Amino acid sequence: MKNTVEIRWHGRGGQGAKSAALMLADAAFMTGKHVQGFPEYGPERMGAPITAYNRISENPIRVHSNIYDPDYVVVVDETLLESVDVTAGLNPEGAIVINTTKSADEVKPYLKDYQGRVYTLDAREISEKCLGRYFPNSPMLAAIAAISKVMTKEDFFREMEGSYRHKFAKKPEVVEGNLAALRMAYEEVE
Amino acid sequence: MAIRERLSGNEAISYAIKQVNPDVMPAFPITPSTEIPQYVANYIANGEMDTDFIPVESEHSSMSATIGASAAGARALTATSSCGLALMWEELYVAASNRLPLALCLVNRALSGPININCDHSDSMGARDTGFIQIYAENNQEVYDNFIQAYRISEHKDVRLPIMICQDGFITSHAVENIELLEDDKVKGFVGEYEPENYLLNADQPMALGPYAVSNYYMETKMAQNTAMQNAKQVILDVGKEFGEMSGRSYGFFEEYRLEDADYAFVIIGSAAGTSKDAVDKLREEGMKVGLLKLRVFRPFPDIEIAKALSNCKSVAIMDRSESFRSKGGPLGAEVKAALYDYAKDVTAFNLIYGLGGRDFTVEEAEDIFRELAGYAEEGKAFREYRYVGLRGEGFTEPRTHKGL
Amino acid sequence: MAATDISRITEKSEWQDLTVGNQIYGSGTSKAFHTGEWRTQTPVFASDKCKQCLLCVPVCPDSSIPVVDCKRQDFDYDHCKGCGICARVCPFDAISMKEGQ
Repeated sequence: MKNTVEIRWHGRGGQGAKSAALMLADAAFMTGKHVQGFPEYGPERMGAPITAYNRISENPIRVHSNIYDPDYVVVVDETLLESVDVTAGLNPEGAIVINTTKSADEVKPYLKDYQGRVYTLDAREISEKCLGRYFPNSPMLAAIAAISKVMTKEDFFREMEGSYRHKFAKKPEVVEGNLAALRMAYEEVE
Repeated sequence: MAIRERLSGNEAISYAIKQVNPDVMPAFPITPSTEIPQYVANYIANGEMDTDFIPVESEHSSMSATIGASAAGARALTATSSCGLALMWEELYVAASNRLPLALCLVNRALSGPININCDHSDSMGARDTGFIQIYAENNQEVYDNFIQAYRISEHKDVRLPIMICQDGFITSHAVENIELLEDDKVKGFVGEYEPENYLLNADQPMALGPYAVSNYYMETKMAQNTAMQNAKQVILDVGKEFGEMSGRSYGFFEEYRLEDADYAFVIIGSAAGTSKDAVDKLREEGMKVGLLKLRVFRPFPDIEIAKALSNCKSVAIMDRSESFRSKGGPLGAEVKAALYDYAKDVTAFNLIYGLGGRDFTVEEAEDIFRELAGYAEEGKAFREYRYVGLRGEGFTEPRTHKGL
Repeated sequence: MAATDISRITEKSEWQDLTVGNQIYGSGTSKAFHTGEWRTQTPVFASDKCKQCLLCVPVCPDSSIPVVDCKRQDFDYDHCKGCGICARVCPFDAISMKEGQ
């Protein structure tokens, strides 16, 4: 793993991309890393395109700019492919993961000749199967953890379980569903 | 043993507030406020602190109520941002001239208009002449540490001035980063109890506060205020050193980053200092002697100290995140240049504007400016002063060369 | 204890001799300030005409009509500024205004 891994999230307001970025930062923090998780703030509206970022490093992080040359990109909503240049600056050694029912080959025409790895994941299907509702952020979080390898699989699941048990202390029934969604997504792209 | 955590800047300062547990916090808890009153109100509701929280109807009222609480003898604070600070304006002077040691947690954001919610220093820079002490932070750690030091500075008997603890809107306030927290008892021991000598609720010693002061008294009052601000310099240094002995993180007026032998340097405030440090490291690897002065304390202004720290530089770029509309840069530029004029005339200083309204400032942009400083000094190239970094199109700029006038 | 005896502060005091934030220690300090010196007209109390209705007492802006045992006394000329409101409200012509102190 290179010293600092940079991840850019593209989503729409209300889909939980910012929360997912913060959860990834949380999990990485728990494994001893230095982390940054921050959204790019604009008008806060449900459905408006939003961007969030992660830096994960072995060393303290001082840079406070946005991320222009990410190692990884997560697209939480495939409709953004038509309006946002999601692969801008993306490291060809890295990867992009997109929430879609399409295959990697089917989405490639939208990715401006991006030469790196392309993963697709049907987060809707996973979420609805495991949670009964559409929350794409958990499956996408697991996918980027699996692809970026910013932490081991064991660490990721241990920390996420702890985090969900804390977050849903009053709704323990939600914990299992979320963990199942994580597992299904992780194993699909692994 | 420090507590390893990850918090946003807003969470970090709220945690410090919880640990200090002041007596009264009036705040206007909606836009353009910050998350700080929300977090503090949560701590209070959960019984983790017993500060009296007063929801008021505006920021003018929140500062008024903070003044009232402080005058009554309470350790008081409020929090705001942007236009909220603007609405407090009148009361900021009242707090300072009445010599009330209260704290204001500020999240630096642009003032309207155009409407913008992002990071910009024009809110606090506009309030630089109100008589508040102003301390700025690069990241969540520093804003946490600065708040823990705030009352020790503000309440000191030689100072007794209100204090503004500033952090960069969104970039620091909303970004989750690693932080080291101190144990509650350490914080409480460091900050201590507030024991004002005179206060309105002291029935044994009646007093009046805020009298009319005619011309015969006004200037003398201002000199007393000014002297208190000067006294704050030593207190800030003492408290920063003592904080370092407790936490391992010492603080002064500014941080000098690889500045000692630097030919070219930045003077910069806030989160962009961290970004610029990465540029310094990259250029140092190429053999360029570059460094950085990150200003922490803007009021009182450490002019001699800044001039001394920069005195061996060939040229410096003073970076303002605030416009002053004098067509000659921003407030930091004006004050640092005045300091250099008085104490270090040989240093060539340029002033640039960056990051207004949250415009991103990158490592690459910082590198380019360092290279331009070197180009001016070594190759006689013009330096495009006063320009906006990252502006689309040329805009107003004044290319300066060695020719002078 | 108060930091400074404010009676020692005058318009000749140097800046460092003012109290912090111009705070005034002690209560009722306005008693020592004889605003009666500003008077250009003076109310004169005719006790023989006074019915002790006390209408004059609450209207005095400077609390310069002392009351003892429910009876008004003569004016507190140290603080009366001579505004004449008392003379206006008196139904019994017991207060008249004269020129000067």
